[in-house]
Amino acid sequence: MAEVTAKKVLFEPIFNNNPIALQILGICSALAVTSSLSVTLVMCISVIAVTAFSNLFVSVVRSQIPNSIRIIVQMTIIASLVIVVDQILRAYAYEISKQLSVFVGLIITNCIVMGRAEGFAMQNGPWLSFLDGIGNGLGYSVMLIVLAFVRELLGSGSLFGVTILPVVNDGGWYVPNGLLLLPPSAFFIIGLSIWGLRSWKSDQVEEPDYRLSRQTTKEAF
Amino acid sequence: MEHYISLILKAVFVENMALAFFLGMCTFLAISKKIEAAIGLGIAVVAVLTLTVPVNNLIYNNVLREGALSWAGLPEVDLSFLGLLTYIGVIAAIVQIMEMILDKYIPALYAALGVFLPLITVNCAIMGASLFMVERDYTFGESVVYGFGAGLGWALAIVALAGIREKLKYSDVPEGLRGLGITFITVGLMSLGFMSFSGISL
Repeated sequence: MAEVTAKKVLFEPIFNNNPIALQILGICSALAVTSSLSVTLVMCISVIAVTAFSNLFVSVVRSQIPNSIRIIVQMTIIASLVIVVDQILRAYAYEISKQLSVFVGLIITNCIVMGRAEGFAMQNGPWLSFLDGIGNGLGYSVMLIVLAFVRELLGSGSLFGVTILPVVNDGGWYVPNGLLLLPPSAFFIIGLSIWGLRSWKSDQVEEPDYRLSRQTTKEAF
Repeated sequence: MEHYISLILKAVFVENMALAFFLGMCTFLAISKKIEAAIGLGIAVVAVLTLTVPVNNLIYNNVLREGALSWAGLPEVDLSFLGLLTYIGVIAAIVQIMEMILDKYIPALYAALGVFLPLITVNCAIMGASLFMVERDYTFGESVVYGFGAGLGWALAIVALAGIREKLKYSDVPEGLRGLGITFITVGLMSLGFMSFSGISL
Protein backbone atom coordinates (compact mmCIF):
# COMPACT_ATOMS: atom_id res chain seq x y z
CA MET A 1 0.00 0.00 0.00
CA ALA A 2 1.63 3.21 -1.11
CA GLU A 3 -0.25 5.78 0.86
CA VAL A 4 -2.63 5.14 3.68
CA THR A 5 -5.41 7.68 3.77
CA ALA A 6 -8.53 7.50 5.88
CA LYS A 7 -10.85 7.46 2.90
CA LYS A 8 -8.95 4.74 1.14
CA VAL A 9 -8.80 2.59 4.26
CA LEU A 10 -12.53 2.92 4.70
CA PHE A 11 -13.73 2.30 1.15
CA GLU A 12 -11.08 0.06 -0.38
CA PRO A 13 -12.38 -3.15 1.24
CA ILE A 14 -15.92 -2.69 -0.01
CA PHE A 15 -15.35 -3.44 -3.69
CA ASN A 16 -11.66 -3.41 -4.57
CA ASN A 17 -10.45 -5.67 -1.80
CA ASN A 18 -13.61 -7.33 -0.56
CA PRO A 19 -12.85 -9.62 2.36
CA ILE A 20 -15.18 -12.36 1.14
CA ALA A 21 -14.74 -12.17 -2.60
CA LEU A 22 -11.01 -11.60 -2.76
CA GLN A 23 -9.31 -12.31 0.54
CA ILE A 24 -11.37 -15.50 1.24
CA LEU A 25 -11.99 -14.45 4.83
CA GLY A 26 -14.99 -14.97 7.06
CA ILE A 27 -17.00 -17.13 4.76
CA CYS A 28 -18.41 -19.48 7.39
CA SER A 29 -20.94 -17.12 8.80
CA ALA A 30 -21.67 -15.60 5.40
CA LEU A 31 -23.34 -18.82 4.41
CA ALA A 32 -25.11 -19.85 7.53
CA VAL A 33 -26.96 -16.74 8.62
CA THR A 34 -28.16 -15.37 5.31
CA SER A 35 -31.54 -17.03 4.85
CA SER A 36 -33.40 -14.06 6.33
CA LEU A 37 -32.58 -10.39 6.06
CA SER A 38 -33.24 -9.26 9.63
CA VAL A 39 -30.97 -11.91 11.14
CA THR A 40 -28.29 -10.99 8.62
CA LEU A 41 -28.46 -7.30 9.53
CA VAL A 42 -27.94 -8.07 13.21
CA MET A 43 -25.00 -10.28 12.31
CA CYS A 44 -23.49 -7.55 10.12
CA ILE A 45 -23.77 -4.93 12.84
CA SER A 46 -22.16 -7.28 15.35
CA VAL A 47 -19.30 -8.06 13.01
CA ILE A 48 -18.69 -4.39 12.15
CA ALA A 49 -18.65 -3.50 15.84
CA VAL A 50 -16.31 -6.32 16.79
CA THR A 51 -13.91 -5.73 13.89
CA ALA A 52 -13.76 -1.99 14.47
CA PHE A 53 -13.22 -2.15 18.22
CA SER A 54 -10.83 -5.09 18.17
CA ASN A 55 -8.74 -3.23 15.60
CA LEU A 56 -8.86 -0.14 17.80
CA PHE A 57 -7.79 -1.92 20.98
CA VAL A 58 -5.16 -4.08 19.35
CA SER A 59 -3.71 -0.99 17.75
CA VAL A 60 -3.66 0.88 21.06
CA VAL A 61 -1.67 -1.82 22.81
CA ARG A 62 0.33 -2.91 19.78
CA SER A 63 3.69 -1.66 21.02
CA GLN A 64 3.23 -3.34 24.40
CA ILE A 65 2.44 -6.81 23.06
CA PRO A 66 5.42 -9.21 23.06
CA ASN A 67 5.68 -10.71 19.63
CA SER A 68 5.58 -14.33 20.72
CA ILE A 69 2.21 -14.16 22.44
CA ARG A 70 0.51 -11.65 20.18
CA ILE A 71 -2.03 -14.15 18.82
CA ILE A 72 -3.23 -14.97 22.34
CA VAL A 73 -3.51 -11.30 23.25
CA GLN A 74 -5.49 -10.56 20.09
CA MET A 75 -7.72 -13.55 20.73
CA THR A 76 -8.43 -12.40 24.27
CA ILE A 77 -9.38 -8.91 23.11
CA ILE A 78 -11.62 -10.29 20.37
CA ALA A 79 -13.23 -12.90 22.62
CA SER A 80 -14.04 -10.30 25.28
CA LEU A 81 -15.68 -8.06 22.67
CA VAL A 82 -17.71 -10.94 21.32
CA ILE A 83 -18.90 -11.82 24.83
CA VAL A 84 -20.11 -8.23 25.19
CA VAL A 85 -21.97 -8.43 21.88
CA ASP A 86 -23.43 -11.81 22.79
CA GLN A 87 -24.72 -10.59 26.15
CA ILE A 88 -26.23 -7.46 24.58
CA LEU A 89 -28.02 -9.54 21.95
CA ARG A 90 -29.35 -11.90 24.57
CA ALA A 91 -30.66 -9.00 26.59
CA TYR A 92 -32.27 -6.94 23.83
CA ALA A 93 -32.87 -9.23 20.85
CA TYR A 94 -33.37 -12.67 22.34
CA GLU A 95 -35.30 -14.13 19.40
CA ILE A 96 -32.63 -13.19 16.90
CA SER A 97 -29.83 -14.33 19.15
CA LYS A 98 -31.55 -17.74 19.33
CA GLN A 99 -31.60 -17.90 15.54
CA LEU A 100 -27.96 -16.94 15.26
CA SER A 101 -27.20 -19.67 17.84
CA VAL A 102 -23.51 -20.51 17.75
CA PHE A 103 -22.68 -18.05 15.03
CA VAL A 104 -22.34 -15.11 17.38
CA GLY A 105 -19.67 -17.05 19.24
CA LEU A 106 -18.04 -17.89 15.97
CA ILE A 107 -17.32 -14.22 15.28
CA ILE A 108 -14.25 -14.91 17.42
CA THR A 109 -12.88 -17.28 14.86
CA ASN A 110 -14.11 -15.19 11.96
CA CYS A 111 -10.93 -14.78 10.01
CA ILE A 112 -11.79 -11.18 9.06
CA VAL A 113 -11.47 -9.99 12.65
CA MET A 114 -8.29 -11.90 13.32
CA GLY A 115 -6.82 -11.19 9.90
CA ARG A 116 -7.34 -7.43 10.19
CA ALA A 117 -5.99 -7.32 13.74
CA GLU A 118 -2.88 -9.18 12.67
CA GLY A 119 -2.50 -7.67 9.22
CA PHE A 120 -3.44 -4.05 9.75
CA ALA A 121 -3.89 -3.02 13.37
CA MET A 122 -0.45 -4.29 14.41
CA GLN A 123 1.20 -1.79 12.05
CA ASN A 124 -1.06 1.22 12.09
CA GLY A 125 -2.36 3.85 14.47
CA PRO A 126 -5.64 3.53 16.40
CA TRP A 127 -7.76 5.87 14.24
CA LEU A 128 -6.79 4.30 10.93
CA SER A 129 -7.21 0.83 12.37
CA PHE A 130 -10.67 1.70 13.61
CA LEU A 131 -11.64 2.88 10.12
CA ASP A 132 -10.08 -0.19 8.56
CA GLY A 133 -12.19 -2.34 10.85
CA ILE A 134 -15.35 -0.51 9.83
CA GLY A 135 -14.38 -0.72 6.15
CA ASN A 136 -13.77 -4.44 6.24
CA GLY A 137 -16.90 -4.99 8.29
CA LEU A 138 -18.82 -3.06 5.63
CA GLY A 139 -17.26 -5.06 2.80
CA TYR A 140 -18.38 -8.19 4.58
CA SER A 141 -21.84 -6.77 5.21
CA VAL A 142 -22.38 -5.73 1.59
CA MET A 143 -21.79 -9.28 0.46
CA LEU A 144 -23.99 -10.71 3.23
CA ILE A 145 -26.85 -8.34 2.58
CA VAL A 146 -26.82 -9.08 -1.15
CA LEU A 147 -26.91 -12.78 -0.35
CA ALA A 148 -29.69 -12.44 2.20
CA PHE A 149 -31.70 -10.18 -0.13
CA VAL A 150 -31.63 -12.72 -2.95
CA ARG A 151 -32.21 -15.69 -0.68
CA GLU A 152 -35.12 -14.25 1.27
CA LEU A 153 -36.82 -12.58 -1.71
CA LEU A 154 -36.70 -15.58 -4.01
CA GLY A 155 -36.77 -18.24 -1.33
CA SER A 156 -39.76 -17.12 0.68
CA GLY A 157 -41.09 -14.13 -1.27
CA SER A 158 -40.57 -11.62 1.51
CA LEU A 159 -38.09 -9.05 2.81
CA PHE A 160 -37.66 -8.50 6.56
CA GLY A 161 -40.59 -10.90 6.94
CA VAL A 162 -42.90 -8.55 4.94
CA THR A 163 -44.43 -10.24 1.92
CA ILE A 164 -43.25 -8.74 -1.38
CA LEU A 165 -44.10 -11.52 -3.78
CA PRO A 166 -47.32 -13.23 -2.60
CA VAL A 167 -46.65 -16.96 -2.62
CA VAL A 168 -48.92 -19.60 -4.08
CA ASN A 169 -49.72 -21.19 -0.73
CA ASP A 170 -51.35 -17.96 0.45
CA GLY A 171 -53.29 -17.50 -2.78
CA GLY A 172 -50.66 -15.39 -4.57
CA TRP A 173 -48.87 -16.05 -7.84
CA TYR A 174 -45.23 -16.61 -6.82
CA VAL A 175 -43.92 -20.16 -6.51
CA PRO A 176 -41.08 -19.86 -3.98
CA ASN A 177 -37.78 -21.48 -4.86
CA GLY A 178 -37.15 -23.75 -1.90
CA LEU A 179 -33.54 -24.37 -2.90
CA LEU A 180 -32.65 -20.81 -1.96
CA LEU A 181 -33.53 -21.45 1.65
CA LEU A 182 -31.21 -24.44 1.76
CA PRO A 183 -27.50 -24.03 2.55
CA PRO A 184 -26.00 -24.92 -0.87
CA SER A 185 -27.67 -21.98 -2.58
CA ALA A 186 -25.44 -19.62 -0.64
CA PHE A 187 -22.41 -21.14 -2.30
CA PHE A 188 -23.91 -20.68 -5.74
CA ILE A 189 -24.87 -17.07 -5.10
CA ILE A 190 -21.42 -16.20 -3.73
CA GLY A 191 -19.79 -17.96 -6.67
CA LEU A 192 -21.93 -16.05 -9.15
CA SER A 193 -21.46 -12.71 -7.42
CA ILE A 194 -17.70 -13.23 -7.47
CA TRP A 195 -18.04 -13.85 -11.19
CA GLY A 196 -19.99 -10.61 -11.52
CA LEU A 197 -17.53 -8.61 -9.43
CA ARG A 198 -14.56 -9.93 -11.37
CA SER A 199 -16.11 -9.25 -14.74
CA TRP A 200 -16.52 -5.66 -13.58
CA LYS A 201 -13.08 -5.33 -11.97
CA SER A 202 -11.12 -7.52 -14.33
CA ASP A 203 -7.81 -7.07 -12.48
CA GLN A 204 -9.07 -9.46 -9.81
CA VAL A 205 -9.20 -12.40 -12.22
CA GLU A 206 -6.89 -15.20 -11.12
CA GLU A 207 -4.26 -16.61 -13.44
CA PRO A 208 -5.07 -20.15 -14.55
CA ASP A 209 -2.67 -22.94 -13.55
CA TYR A 210 -2.78 -24.40 -17.01
CA ARG A 211 -3.79 -22.90 -20.30
CA LEU A 212 -5.39 -25.10 -22.91
CA SER A 213 -3.31 -25.14 -26.02
CA ARG A 214 -4.95 -24.30 -29.28
CA GLN A 215 -6.31 -27.08 -31.36
CA THR A 216 -3.72 -27.69 -34.02
CA THR A 217 -5.12 -30.46 -36.19
CA LYS A 218 -8.25 -30.07 -38.20
CA GLU A 219 -10.97 -32.46 -37.32
CA ALA A 220 -11.69 -34.99 -40.01
CA PHE A 221 -14.97 -34.69 -41.70
CA MET B 1 -22.84 -48.46 21.98
CA GLU B 2 -25.53 -48.07 19.33
CA HIS B 3 -26.08 -44.54 20.54
CA TYR B 4 -22.42 -43.69 19.95
CA ILE B 5 -22.40 -45.21 16.48
CA SER B 6 -25.42 -43.19 15.45
CA LEU B 7 -23.81 -40.07 16.93
CA ILE B 8 -20.62 -40.56 14.95
CA LEU B 9 -22.48 -41.26 11.69
CA LYS B 10 -24.58 -38.19 12.26
CA ALA B 11 -21.51 -36.05 12.91
CA VAL B 12 -19.68 -37.31 9.84
CA PHE B 13 -22.44 -37.30 7.23
CA VAL B 14 -25.70 -35.69 8.24
CA GLU B 15 -24.25 -32.76 10.14
CA ASN B 16 -21.02 -32.45 8.22
CA MET B 17 -19.11 -29.51 9.69
CA ALA B 18 -17.96 -28.11 6.37
CA LEU B 19 -20.83 -28.89 4.04
CA ALA B 20 -23.89 -28.59 6.26
CA PHE B 21 -22.79 -25.93 8.76
CA PHE B 22 -20.09 -24.19 6.70
CA LEU B 23 -17.63 -24.20 9.52
CA GLY B 24 -13.94 -23.94 8.83
CA MET B 25 -14.65 -22.55 5.38
CA CYS B 26 -11.66 -20.21 5.24
CA THR B 27 -9.08 -22.96 5.57
CA PHE B 28 -11.37 -25.28 3.65
CA LEU B 29 -11.11 -23.11 0.56
CA ALA B 30 -7.55 -21.94 1.04
CA ILE B 31 -5.75 -25.25 1.65
CA SER B 32 -7.65 -27.47 -0.77
CA LYS B 33 -5.51 -27.08 -3.86
CA LYS B 34 -3.33 -30.13 -3.20
CA ILE B 35 -4.49 -33.51 -1.92
CA GLU B 36 -1.40 -34.06 0.28
CA ALA B 37 -1.86 -30.77 2.07
CA ALA B 38 -5.57 -31.46 2.48
CA ILE B 39 -4.88 -34.85 4.07
CA GLY B 40 -2.34 -33.31 6.46
CA LEU B 41 -4.73 -30.61 7.52
CA GLY B 42 -7.56 -33.12 7.82
CA ILE B 43 -5.57 -35.31 10.21
CA ALA B 44 -4.55 -32.30 12.28
CA VAL B 45 -8.19 -31.20 12.57
CA VAL B 46 -9.31 -34.67 13.67
CA ALA B 47 -6.58 -34.76 16.33
CA VAL B 48 -7.30 -31.30 17.67
CA LEU B 49 -11.07 -31.79 17.72
CA THR B 50 -10.86 -35.14 19.51
CA LEU B 51 -8.82 -33.41 22.22
CA THR B 52 -10.48 -30.02 22.56
CA VAL B 53 -14.16 -30.98 22.60
CA PRO B 54 -13.83 -33.35 25.61
CA VAL B 55 -11.58 -30.92 27.48
CA ASN B 56 -14.02 -28.08 26.94
CA ASN B 57 -16.82 -30.42 27.98
CA LEU B 58 -15.07 -31.12 31.30
CA ILE B 59 -14.46 -27.43 31.89
CA TYR B 60 -18.02 -26.51 31.05
CA ASN B 61 -19.60 -29.17 33.23
CA ASN B 62 -17.29 -28.73 36.21
CA VAL B 63 -16.55 -25.03 36.29
CA LEU B 64 -18.64 -22.82 34.05
CA ARG B 65 -22.11 -24.26 34.16
CA GLU B 66 -24.73 -22.80 36.48
CA GLY B 67 -24.40 -24.50 39.83
CA ALA B 68 -21.30 -26.41 38.71
CA LEU B 69 -19.14 -24.75 41.33
CA SER B 70 -21.15 -26.17 44.24
CA TRP B 71 -18.20 -28.44 45.10
CA ALA B 72 -16.28 -25.27 45.94
CA GLY B 73 -19.09 -23.98 48.10
CA LEU B 74 -20.44 -21.55 45.48
CA PRO B 75 -23.69 -23.14 44.32
CA GLU B 76 -25.28 -20.05 42.76
CA VAL B 77 -22.37 -18.88 40.64
CA ASP B 78 -23.03 -18.95 36.88
CA LEU B 79 -19.91 -18.44 34.82
CA SER B 80 -21.33 -19.53 31.49
CA PHE B 81 -20.85 -16.05 30.02
CA LEU B 82 -17.10 -16.69 30.22
CA GLY B 83 -17.55 -19.68 27.93
CA LEU B 84 -16.39 -18.13 24.68
CA LEU B 85 -13.21 -16.78 26.19
CA THR B 86 -12.43 -20.07 27.93
CA TYR B 87 -13.00 -22.29 24.91
CA ILE B 88 -10.82 -20.25 22.62
CA GLY B 89 -8.11 -20.14 25.30
CA VAL B 90 -8.26 -23.91 25.75
CA ILE B 91 -8.11 -24.44 21.99
CA ALA B 92 -5.14 -22.11 21.56
CA ALA B 93 -3.33 -23.73 24.47
CA ILE B 94 -3.93 -27.29 23.28
CA VAL B 95 -2.79 -26.44 19.76
CA GLN B 96 0.35 -24.85 21.16
CA ILE B 97 1.08 -27.84 23.40
CA MET B 98 0.48 -30.26 20.57
CA GLU B 99 2.91 -28.30 18.43
CA MET B 100 5.61 -28.48 21.11
CA ILE B 101 5.09 -32.20 21.78
CA LEU B 102 5.16 -33.05 18.11
CA ASP B 103 8.26 -30.93 17.60
CA LYS B 104 10.05 -32.69 20.45
CA TYR B 105 9.03 -36.32 19.99
CA ILE B 106 7.75 -36.85 16.45
CA PRO B 107 9.68 -34.40 14.25
CA ALA B 108 8.62 -36.14 11.04
CA LEU B 109 4.96 -35.58 11.80
CA TYR B 110 5.73 -32.05 12.95
CA ALA B 111 7.35 -31.30 9.62
CA ALA B 112 4.23 -32.52 7.86
CA LEU B 113 1.60 -30.91 10.07
CA GLY B 114 3.55 -28.01 11.58
CA VAL B 115 2.40 -25.36 9.17
CA PHE B 116 -1.24 -26.23 9.66
CA LEU B 117 -1.36 -26.22 13.44
CA PRO B 118 -1.40 -22.43 13.95
CA LEU B 119 -4.09 -22.17 11.28
CA ILE B 120 -6.26 -24.49 13.29
CA THR B 121 -6.65 -22.10 16.21
CA VAL B 122 -8.70 -19.80 14.04
CA ASN B 123 -10.56 -22.61 12.31
CA CYS B 124 -14.24 -22.10 13.05
CA ALA B 125 -14.89 -25.83 12.90
CA ILE B 126 -12.90 -26.34 16.11
CA MET B 127 -14.65 -23.58 18.00
CA GLY B 128 -18.00 -24.52 16.43
CA ALA B 129 -17.76 -28.09 17.64
CA SER B 130 -17.20 -26.92 21.21
CA LEU B 131 -20.15 -24.55 20.99
CA PHE B 132 -22.43 -27.24 19.56
CA MET B 133 -21.30 -29.55 22.35
CA VAL B 134 -22.44 -26.99 24.92
CA GLU B 135 -25.67 -26.22 23.10
CA ARG B 136 -26.63 -29.88 22.81
CA ASP B 137 -25.57 -30.78 26.34
CA TYR B 138 -23.37 -33.76 25.48
CA THR B 139 -21.97 -35.96 28.21
CA PHE B 140 -18.22 -36.60 28.37
CA GLY B 141 -18.39 -39.85 26.38
CA GLU B 142 -20.60 -38.29 23.76
CA SER B 143 -18.29 -35.33 23.43
CA VAL B 144 -15.29 -37.56 22.67
CA VAL B 145 -17.26 -39.34 19.97
CA TYR B 146 -18.73 -36.12 18.63
CA GLY B 147 -15.33 -34.42 18.45
CA PHE B 148 -13.85 -37.31 16.55
CA GLY B 149 -16.81 -37.61 14.19
CA ALA B 150 -16.96 -33.91 13.44
CA GLY B 151 -13.24 -33.89 12.66
CA LEU B 152 -13.57 -36.92 10.43
CA GLY B 153 -16.43 -35.38 8.50
CA TRP B 154 -14.48 -32.18 7.96
CA ALA B 155 -11.38 -34.11 6.85
CA LEU B 156 -13.47 -36.17 4.44
CA ALA B 157 -14.96 -33.05 2.91
CA ILE B 158 -11.64 -31.24 2.43
CA VAL B 159 -9.92 -34.27 0.88
CA ALA B 160 -12.84 -34.74 -1.50
CA LEU B 161 -12.75 -31.08 -2.49
CA ALA B 162 -8.98 -31.21 -3.02
CA GLY B 163 -9.46 -34.21 -5.30
CA ILE B 164 -12.00 -32.35 -7.38
CA ARG B 165 -9.85 -29.21 -7.55
CA GLU B 166 -6.79 -31.16 -8.70
CA LYS B 167 -8.78 -32.30 -11.72
CA LEU B 168 -10.49 -28.96 -12.13
CA LYS B 169 -7.30 -27.05 -12.81
CA TYR B 170 -7.04 -28.66 -16.24
CA SER B 171 -10.44 -27.42 -17.29
CA ASP B 172 -11.24 -24.26 -19.16
CA VAL B 173 -13.24 -22.11 -16.78
CA PRO B 174 -14.73 -18.72 -17.77
CA GLU B 175 -12.36 -15.90 -16.82
CA GLY B 176 -14.17 -14.27 -13.93
CA LEU B 177 -15.08 -17.59 -12.40
CA ARG B 178 -11.52 -18.90 -12.28
CA GLY B 179 -10.10 -19.91 -8.92
CA LEU B 180 -12.37 -18.87 -6.09
CA GLY B 181 -15.62 -18.57 -8.03
CA ILE B 182 -15.64 -22.06 -9.47
CA THR B 183 -14.53 -23.46 -6.12
CA PHE B 184 -17.59 -21.99 -4.46
CA ILE B 185 -19.85 -23.54 -7.05
CA THR B 186 -18.10 -26.90 -6.68
CA VAL B 187 -18.55 -26.78 -2.92
CA GLY B 188 -22.21 -25.90 -3.47
CA LEU B 189 -22.68 -29.00 -5.59
CA MET B 190 -20.88 -31.14 -3.00
CA SER B 191 -23.09 -29.69 -0.32
CA LEU B 192 -26.18 -30.59 -2.36
CA GLY B 193 -24.86 -34.12 -2.52
CA PHE B 194 -24.36 -34.25 1.23
CA MET B 195 -27.88 -32.98 1.78
CA SER B 196 -29.16 -36.31 0.56
CA PHE B 197 -27.83 -37.77 3.83
CA SER B 198 -30.17 -35.59 5.81
CA GLY B 199 -33.03 -37.96 5.07
CA ILE B 200 -31.30 -40.71 7.04
CA SER B 201 -32.75 -41.23 10.47
CA LEU B 202 -30.70 -43.25 12.89
